[in-house]
Amino acid sequence: MVDARRGIVRDALGIAVASGAYAISFGAISATSGLTLVQTCFLSLVMFTGASQFALVGVIGAGGGVWAGVATACLLGMRNALYGLRLSSLLEVRGWRLPVASHFVIDETTAMAIARDEPQKSRFAFWVTGLALFALWNLGTLAGALATRALPDPKVLGLDAAPPAAFLALLAPRLRAREPQAIAAAAAVIALVVLPFVPAGVPLLVVAVLVGLYGARSRPR
Amino acid sequence: MIWAGVVVASAACYGLKLAGLSLPRRWLQDPRLQRTVPMIPVALLAALVATQTFATGRHLVLDARAAALGVAAIAVVLRAPFLVVVAVGAATAALLRFL
Repeated sequence: MVDARRGIVRDALGIAVASGAYAISFGAISATSGLTLVQTCFLSLVMFTGASQFALVGVIGAGGGVWAGVATACLLGMRNALYGLRLSSLLEVRGWRLPVASHFVIDETTAMAIARDEPQKSRFAFWVTGLALFALWNLGTLAGALATRALPDPKVLGLDAAPPAAFLALLAPRLRAREPQAIAAAAAVIALVVLPFVPAGVPLLVVAVLVGLYGARSRPR
Repeated sequence: MIWAGVVVASAACYGLKLAGLSLPRRWLQDPRLQRTVPMIPVALLAALVATQTFATGRHLVLDARAAALGVAAIAVVLRAPFLVVVAVGAATAALLRFL
């Protein structure tokens, strides 16, 4: 168990450091999108789920309107509810730990917890990854936002081209099978086709509704 | 206005996490829900990539961001870390505008 714990801590720190670097880009993009330093840090402290955070500030930054961004962030956050479902039997959290554990239910902690062969190791992996990632995610966000505030014109550094690259990096690991590849291609085309005819931000919601209908009507294999 | 959105979205995202850990399991075990929810990030992230690269407001445009996305895609294929993908994308756009 001691060796197993050491391995888990090493993996968790690796993930947390990588996420901290990714949080630097979140801080920078958020600051460029017009959010204040406090708003940017609030998102990393309280929302604490990367894809939703990037989506909210990305949509706001692109002029898509705050509420379209909120809707997109919530739709992206839905997967965390399913992660929670998978984790609930492994973690068996009750009492005051439940609201704290809930905050840490994200891609990385779920992956680390379900990869273990014993519930005890799963719990350890979940908490260590959650705590380390939370610390570095917030430090990275602060660093990125502070660095960007010091810049005279973020567009000179190409920071307006950063959000698409960030979304692509989040999307790529989900494209290993044929079906998600087809869904991604269709979603990109549909979003661009409807874009000139609807208010900014709405193409995302059109795509979300269509994928919901597709998923609900298709038969599980 | 931004504050309201920030607070509402943060509370909703936390609520989704809390619901997953605390709601009765059978509520979320519908097979169609289990199949559909993982598709949503794929579709939304792809739509975000497309609209934030090829559009400004409600106009389709082709500019330095398209080249930036191409270079970022190469970085992804080469399994570069997240920050590198974002940095090469931004650097490509900056370089093209400078030239």
